[in-house]
Amino acid sequence: MQLTLEFGGGLELLCDSVKVHNVNVDLQNRAEKLTMKDLLCWVRTNVIKERPEMFMKGDSVRPGVLVLVNDCDWELSGQLDTTLEEKDVVVFISTLHGG
Amino acid sequence: MVEVEELRPHADHMSTIEDSDSVASIVARITLFNAGFEEHKQHFHHTQLHGTVGRDFDCIENTLDELKHKFTQLKTQLKALGSESRNGTLDVAKYRAKDDLASTRYHDPWALKLEEYKRYGRQLIMPEVGMPGQLRLKASSVLIVGAGGLGCPAAAYLAGAGVGKIGIMDGDIVEVSNLHRQVMHNSAWVGKSKAVSLGNALRLINPLPRYEIHPYHLVPENSAIAAGYSMILDCTDRPSSRYLISDMAVVHGIPLVSASALRTEGQIMVLNDPPVSSDSEKAGPCYRCIFPRPPPPESVQSCGEGGILGPVVGVMGVLQALEAVKVIMRPPDRPANPPSLIMFSAYGSQMFRTMRIRGKNPTCSACSSDTTITRQSLESGSQDYMAFCGALEASDVLAAKDRVSVMDFASMINRSGTPVNHTLVDVREKPQFELCNMLGSVHVPFSLLRRWKNAEEATTALSIDIESHEPIYVVCRLGNDSQATVNKLRELGIDRNGARKIMDIKGGWEAWRKDIDQSWPEY
Repeated sequence: MQLTLEFGGGLELLCDSVKVHNVNVDLQNRAEKLTMKDLLCWVRTNVIKERPEMFMKGDSVRPGVLVLVNDCDWELSGQLDTTLEEKDVVVFISTLHGG
Repeated sequence: MVEVEELRPHADHMSTIEDSDSVASIVARITLFNAGFEEHKQHFHHTQLHGTVGRDFDCIENTLDELKHKFTQLKTQLKALGSESRNGTLDVAKYRAKDDLASTRYHDPWALKLEEYKRYGRQLIMPEVGMPGQLRLKASSVLIVGAGGLGCPAAAYLAGAGVGKIGIMDGDIVEVSNLHRQVMHNSAWVGKSKAVSLGNALRLINPLPRYEIHPYHLVPENSAIAAGYSMILDCTDRPSSRYLISDMAVVHGIPLVSASALRTEGQIMVLNDPPVSSDSEKAGPCYRCIFPRPPPPESVQSCGEGGILGPVVGVMGVLQALEAVKVIMRPPDRPANPPSLIMFSAYGSQMFRTMRIRGKNPTCSACSSDTTITRQSLESGSQDYMAFCGALEASDVLAAKDRVSVMDFASMINRSGTPVNHTLVDVREKPQFELCNMLGSVHVPFSLLRRWKNAEEATTALSIDIESHEPIYVVCRLGNDSQATVNKLRELGIDRNGARKIMDIKGGWEAWRKDIDQSWPEY
């Protein structure tokens, strides 16, 4: 499945400072759909290069990271259960605190 | 018998009182009218008139009541103006405006001072502002917490727009390293209060608003200050104050505009809009609804650590002023915008993006009906925001024997400054290394070496012989990353179980500058 992943707010530093990743995610074990839960595992293994604890906590993102699927908060689409579709854009963004 | 027509001219004349009429002339005319009216009234009763004439009489009586009311209002206004005049700010004789904000009669001419018409003219003629918007701005009061990179531009635009009262809260002093982005301060104010400095600058922009300067830091115990305001701007720079300000906004029932910036990016949200107290069905989310748990402290970077591009934080501060003005001027019957997060990325493919975010969390610990956070609990100091957000562990991760002071290190280099019989590893990031570095030092950024997986990667990058006994000294900006590097090199076996000395330079280049070489740049 073709997806665009974007990292911002400093999370890009965990993946070679690359902000936009066009990726192809294969469905595991002949699964029919890809959920955000599956994608997080995949990202942790295939995209995050260092300090995974700065990205995830347990099976979800760490506190202070917003996840947006097609410009919409994943809280509104079912969080980990959100089903992804071809060409979806998933944004991971760390909250900033400077001022 | 009295002709009713005789009364009408008087009444008509009276009902066309102009604001331009002097109070004295109105008084005289009302008195005259009153006297004549009473006379006619008695005469009427005497002749026992009925029917249409009686109805006309009621009508005239109503007009008189209205005029008396208007007269009282004008007298009150005159009194207020008189006191202003004594302060030398206004000339009563020339002052004709009706400046009664309590009333919503903004269609009356001169609802603003003439100076205000002129000053706000460019925004007044816009349909988004107009007289209703300007009067809402004038009736509003905004507390700006933080007089830094966000607070400076935000405050400047709000002062310029004519917000009635502006509070500035900040306990910090102006530093020279602030001036590239905190655009309202200036070099002459270095070392003095930021809140006072910003207040002075705002008065120069617009002397009309009321300014309240709070030159101290926000803590739960002084959060009652929010009671005097109708909106808060969070222009601070750390998670603990963001949660505190959100809780303040919730318990005081006022909207909050929260923004932040770091390096080349910024984020902004309008929260608690409308506030919980108004109609909980429609209430907007608070900061805790969006971020119920604080980020781990090690993930939080300040502008001092991560850096900040001036215009980036400027854009975010300007957007805060814009969102604040939009909320303030919004007519009561117009719904608030759906909750959203605007993200700014100076180098992104799209500079601005607006993301729909979750609404109010029905189980939020701050703004739901079963909250434990009340105004009283907040102001008593029982909420510990520092503990909630956590702090980094103390930076002394290495034992004293594994560290060398800048004094001792200075004795190990020769006069030309080059290392003698040792390897000096500088682990600052590239831009910092390029600012200033020591001749002969080896540069390996911490972000790179942190990912080394084996000794070979380290020996190649450092150009060292794994069998050598030459000690390795590690230095960084402040002495934290250098300690972590020492541990990393040991993990990789570079120290051959203690056979080779690997030490960090305590306090980094900052300590070097203070104690050894004052010609080393401070940045």
